[in-house]
Amino acid sequence: MTKFLQTLMDGMAVGSLYALIALGYTMVYGILKFINFAHSDIFVLGAWISFTVASMLGWAAADAHAPVWAGPLVLLTAMAACGLVGFTVERLAYKPLRRAPRLNVLITAIGVSLFLQNFGQLPFVFGAQPQRMPSLVADRVLASFSGVQVRLVDVIGAGSAVALMVALEWLVFHSKMGRAMRAVSYSTSVASLMGINVDRVISFTFVLGSALAAAAGFLYAMKYPGLNQPAHTTWVLLGLKAFVAAVIGGIGNIRGAMLGGFLIGGIELFGAAYLSPQLRDVYVFALLILVLLVKPTGLVGKAVVEKV
Amino acid sequence: MAHFTLSTLARALGALAVSAAAAFAPSPAAAQDPKKADGPILIGHYGSLTGSEATFGQNTSRGIRIAVKEINDAGGIGGRKVELKEYDTQGKTQEAGSAVTRLLTSDKVSALLGEVASSLSITGGKLAQKYSVPMITPSSTNPQVTRIGNMVFRVCFLDDFQGYAMAKFAYDDLKAKKVAILFDQAQTYSKGLAEFFSKSFRELGGKISAEQAFTGGDQDFSAQLTTIRETNPDAIYVPGYYTDAGNIALQVRKLGITAPLLGGDGWDSPKLAEIGGGAIEGSFYTNHYSHQDPRGEVQEFVRKYTETYGQVPDALAALGYDSARVLFAAMKASPTLEGKDLAAAIAATKDFQGVAGTITIDKNRNARKPAVIVEMKGGVPTYRATVQPK
Repeated sequence: MTKFLQTLMDGMAVGSLYALIALGYTMVYGILKFINFAHSDIFVLGAWISFTVASMLGWAAADAHAPVWAGPLVLLTAMAACGLVGFTVERLAYKPLRRAPRLNVLITAIGVSLFLQNFGQLPFVFGAQPQRMPSLVADRVLASFSGVQVRLVDVIGAGSAVALMVALEWLVFHSKMGRAMRAVSYSTSVASLMGINVDRVISFTFVLGSALAAAAGFLYAMKYPGLNQPAHTTWVLLGLKAFVAAVIGGIGNIRGAMLGGFLIGGIELFGAAYLSPQLRDVYVFALLILVLLVKPTGLVGKAVVEKV
Repeated sequence: MAHFTLSTLARALGALAVSAAAAFAPSPAAAQDPKKADGPILIGHYGSLTGSEATFGQNTSRGIRIAVKEINDAGGIGGRKVELKEYDTQGKTQEAGSAVTRLLTSDKVSALLGEVASSLSITGGKLAQKYSVPMITPSSTNPQVTRIGNMVFRVCFLDDFQGYAMAKFAYDDLKAKKVAILFDQAQTYSKGLAEFFSKSFRELGGKISAEQAFTGGDQDFSAQLTTIRETNPDAIYVPGYYTDAGNIALQVRKLGITAPLLGGDGWDSPKLAEIGGGAIEGSFYTNHYSHQDPRGEVQEFVRKYTETYGQVPDALAALGYDSARVLFAAMKASPTLEGKDLAAAIAATKDFQGVAGTITIDKNRNARKPAVIVEMKGGVPTYRATVQPK
């Protein structure tokens, strides 16, 4: 029972991070119908910017006591910086290709991804060595029942992830900008005929998705403080799993991405704990294959008839 | 016009044929004794200068550079200076392959030094064997490395002994009866060490309570550690590299496990304490040397290294230094710098006083040396015990 509860808790904690990243994939797909492979690198950037800001402010020493507002400050800085990077990437790399075939944009996205990974490893950027993220969020055991420990850092992590998702849900379904986003997603040309500034909506979507990825990066660095160097294959795999979460939920669907994230986190950790940890990535991709076979549109996705 | 074109073409073809012949014929420089040739003697080092195991390559390189500087200050080998060519492997097998190929085919080095990680040394060793250029690995401990062939040597102990040393220390000194193992399934080194430790520990009468695997670079170990926690072990053996070991230590303590962690020489890096912080305190690992060893050679090397680089040398630096010095001694003794002669000279190394112990190369091209056990205390690996070879 202890093992079950512990695994459930870990699964939800990891799942909330997958969900946050998956949201960025799914929003861009919903609007532009292309997969932004550079999205997971924005997540990595978020983690590394958090580290850089924290060490510049002198909280990197192992025993430095960061003030309470250190966490939110670093989080917001990382979100703002990544939002800016997301905006720039869209302007420079994707906007000129708005009318190009979708394959061109996809290949450009891979190029952007490789650029971000390797640029980040330059000695004057983040360097090519792992670093220790200082703990900015107070960590202590909140409650302990039959061996299962509920830790503050996990509660804050999962709590912030859920809060951000609720905020996004409100933004998309209850605000004017959200309505514009949904309109563009439905049909770009009709939306622009109705007086919606399509370019602005697209920019906004990139900024929003990148800021969420940055938040995920910060929370990830809080949970796993040994940060791998930016071009480490682990990051690529993480991004890939978040993408799988978006597809399993039904790509283009925001609630689907959240569901997919938690599902992936759960199946990965339960598989690793009860079957074999060697195959933890296999469970995720096996689930993907299964979903694609049974319900190719994803769990909550709807089949859309292509207009001819 | 036509005539002109044809003759130009003919000349061009002729020139091409000559240069092709030159490329395929043995070059005159190689046919002569290279020891008498002019210019510096080239040696190659391939190592992880960046990446998750960056301190391995960087510190090995620093050790080698001190040895190169010493030999050049003393007049070089047979009057020729030694020049070091070095390429980064990023800790990746495929990069090691291209780095070694470049050293062997383009730079045409006389000998190779590298790598630290056994998987990468196996890749490099196979190429060294193919091109008949001797290679000394300073610190790859997996037995498979020197089994490649007569061109591949090492100046450190082997993992069967390293696993035994930790098993003996855990059983005799720590009085551990039940140990769990968490190893990196993607590294030959880690798999080998896990196997040797588990064999020796069971032979001593101990019990392996759980055996779990991860993949290097993984960040989440909660599933494996939850399983391990269920078995309530006296210690956890984590034969991986330092970045992973630091990350694992953090999560071990988070899960409320208080058992000490045990590791191998792959933990030896200043980064271990940086990443693991307080979580790694009180853990033990097997190593090649301790910088606190009072022997003259050790203290002399520690002084030189600290003066140049501003930090205390780890075992990788010491072994890098030793490997280069063994190579230079062999180069002096060898009649030529041809692969075969040089390999024979390295194989004849006997009672060489290295920083990390006395080196005698045996018939399997390995060195037989004691291991030290160090304990992490205040972020510093502190000498605890020595385990003699069986």
